[in-house]
Amino acid sequence: MTDWAAIKADFPVLKQTANGAPLVYLDSGNTSQKPQRVIDAMSNYYETINANVHRGSYDIAVKATDAIEGARQKVAAFINAPSSIEVVFTKNATEALNLVARSWGGANLGEGDAVVISEMEHHANIVPWHMLASEKGFELRWISVKDDGHLDLSNLDELLDGAKLLSITAMSNVLGTLNPIHRLAEAAHAHGALIAVDGSQYVPHLATDVQAMGADFLIFTGHKMLGPMGIGVLWAREEILEAMPPFLGGGEMILNVTKEGFTTNEVPWKFEAGTPMVAEAVGLAAAIDYLNEIGMDEVRKHEVELTAYALRTLKERHGDKITIHGPSEPAERGGVLSFVYDQVHPHDVAQVLDQKGICVRAGHHCAKPLLRTLGVPATSRVSLYIYNDESDIDLLAETLTEASDIFSF
Amino acid sequence: MPGLEDLYREIILDHYRSPRNRGELESPPAVKTEGFNPLCGDEIIVYIDVDDDGLITDIAIGGQGCSISQSSASMMSAAVKGQTVPYARRLIGAFKGLMSIHEGEIGGDGSEADMGIELSIDSGDTKLGDLEALKGVVKFPVRIKCATLGWNTLAQALDEASPIT
Repeated sequence: MTDWAAIKADFPVLKQTANGAPLVYLDSGNTSQKPQRVIDAMSNYYETINANVHRGSYDIAVKATDAIEGARQKVAAFINAPSSIEVVFTKNATEALNLVARSWGGANLGEGDAVVISEMEHHANIVPWHMLASEKGFELRWISVKDDGHLDLSNLDELLDGAKLLSITAMSNVLGTLNPIHRLAEAAHAHGALIAVDGSQYVPHLATDVQAMGADFLIFTGHKMLGPMGIGVLWAREEILEAMPPFLGGGEMILNVTKEGFTTNEVPWKFEAGTPMVAEAVGLAAAIDYLNEIGMDEVRKHEVELTAYALRTLKERHGDKITIHGPSEPAERGGVLSFVYDQVHPHDVAQVLDQKGICVRAGHHCAKPLLRTLGVPATSRVSLYIYNDESDIDLLAETLTEASDIFSF
Repeated sequence: MPGLEDLYREIILDHYRSPRNRGELESPPAVKTEGFNPLCGDEIIVYIDVDDDGLITDIAIGGQGCSISQSSASMMSAAVKGQTVPYARRLIGAFKGLMSIHEGEIGGDGSEADMGIELSIDSGDTKLGDLEALKGVVKFPVRIKCATLGWNTLAQALDEASPIT
C-alpha cells in the first residue's frame, strides 16, 4: 500500500500557503509539481559534476556525459523502448512534435499526401501540421469527437486511405479521454501510414510500452511527470530516425564539417544540436526513479479512484449546476476534468477558487478546435496527480458554491 | 491580498448580468472588429456606426467572455455611444492608463502623465463614474487583459471608421 500522505509531503511547493490558505494544486495537466528528490538531483548535478558533455576528456565531463546518457537509458526503459538510441531529448513536447513535422514530414510529405489528426489534439499537434501543409500542400484530415468524449472512428478507414501519418494524442488534455492507441496503430499500419502518439498527458500517469502500443513515434515532456521544465522526449523506431534528415544544425549533431558541407552524427545525437539540457535530464531521471518506486500501476489506481471520487462528489454536491465534459466512466479516462459551472465563466470560477488557494486552469487549454466541437468557449479544468487527495476535491466542491453566490443571476 | 469584493463590484456584476448595447449592427455600413484574448479565449466583437461628422451614432457588442471582459465592454459602449471619435480615443487612452497606474511592472510606467489622464476622467463626464469600478482590476494583474480587450477592439474599429490622418 502506498502512503499517499507521505508522497504529498515530498513536494515542497505544497507545504506553502496561497492567499492564506494551504495550496491545493489541481493543475498537473498543465505542469506537475516536483518532489524534493528531483530538485536535489538537479542541484547536486550543478554542485558536483557540471561540465559540457560529449567533448570533455576530464573526470567531471565524463561524469556529466554519463549522467545524460544514463538518463536516456532510464527514459528508454520507462517506455519499454528497444534501445536508448531511439530516445531524442528536445526542449519540450512541442519541439518534439515540430521535429517530427519538420524532419520526417519535410522529407516524406507533399501534394496528394495526407496527415490525419483528431479534433481533440493540443495546438502543439495541430499548428506544426498547418504550418507544414501550407508549404508542402498535403491534406490535413480530422477524426471527429463524439458527444461522449470518445473519438468517432466510424470513418477511420476512409480518413486513413492514402494517408502517410496518423498523429494523435493518447489522452486528451481537456476531456481526459484515453484513446485506443493499439487499435489506431493497427489501422494506420494497415493503410501503410505511420502513427505518432502524443503522450504528454498519458506517459506521466499510465504505464507506457511503445512496443505494445505499436507506435512509430512517441512524444512527451518531462515537466508534466514530476521532472523539470526544459526537457521533452521524442522516441521513434531506430530505422525511422536513421532515415530522417537532421532538425537543427550546429555542434553535437555532426561527425565532420568542411567548407563544402557536413556529415551528420549518429542517432539520437543527430537531432540534438548544441549543448543539451543535462541538469534537466538528471532531474527527469530522478522523476522516473520516483515514479518507478511508487509503481505506475499504483499511480493509475490512485488516479482512477480519485477521478471517480471527484466525478461523484461534484455531481452529488452540484447536480445539474455542473457539466463535466468527457467520458463518464473513470476507467476510460485520466484524471483530467473539464467543467462548466452554473453559467459562471471559467475565468471567474478560477478567480474565486484562487482566493482559497485552489489552482485550476481556465480557458481553452490550447485545444480550440475541440472546444468549438464541445460548443463551449472555455472550461475550468481540474487535473489530478499523485499528491492530490479527497480533501482537495472536497475543498473544490465546497468553494464552487461561492462562485455561484457571487454570479447568480 | 485583495479580496474578491475589490474585483467583483456590484456595478460590474450589473453590467455583466445586463450588458448594455448587446447585439450586432449591420456591417457594412457599420464597422465590425473582433478582439481575442489568446490566454483564455475571450472574444469581443465591436460594431460602430460613425456619421460624417465623426459622431459614434451607434455601437453594439458581441462575443463572449468572463465577467470582467463583458462588463468592461458594456460600460465602454455606454460611455462612447453618442460621443465623437476623438473623445472615444481620449477615453480609451484614459482607461488604459487607469488599468496600468498601480502596476508599473506589467505595462504602465506609473508616470505623472498616467495620473493626469486619470484625473481628467474624474473631472470629465459624470458617465465615467461606472468605469471607476474597474479600478480594482489592477490588483489582479492577469485580469487586466480581460478589462482592456473591448477597448483595444474599439480602438481598431475607430481606426477603420475614421483613420488618423
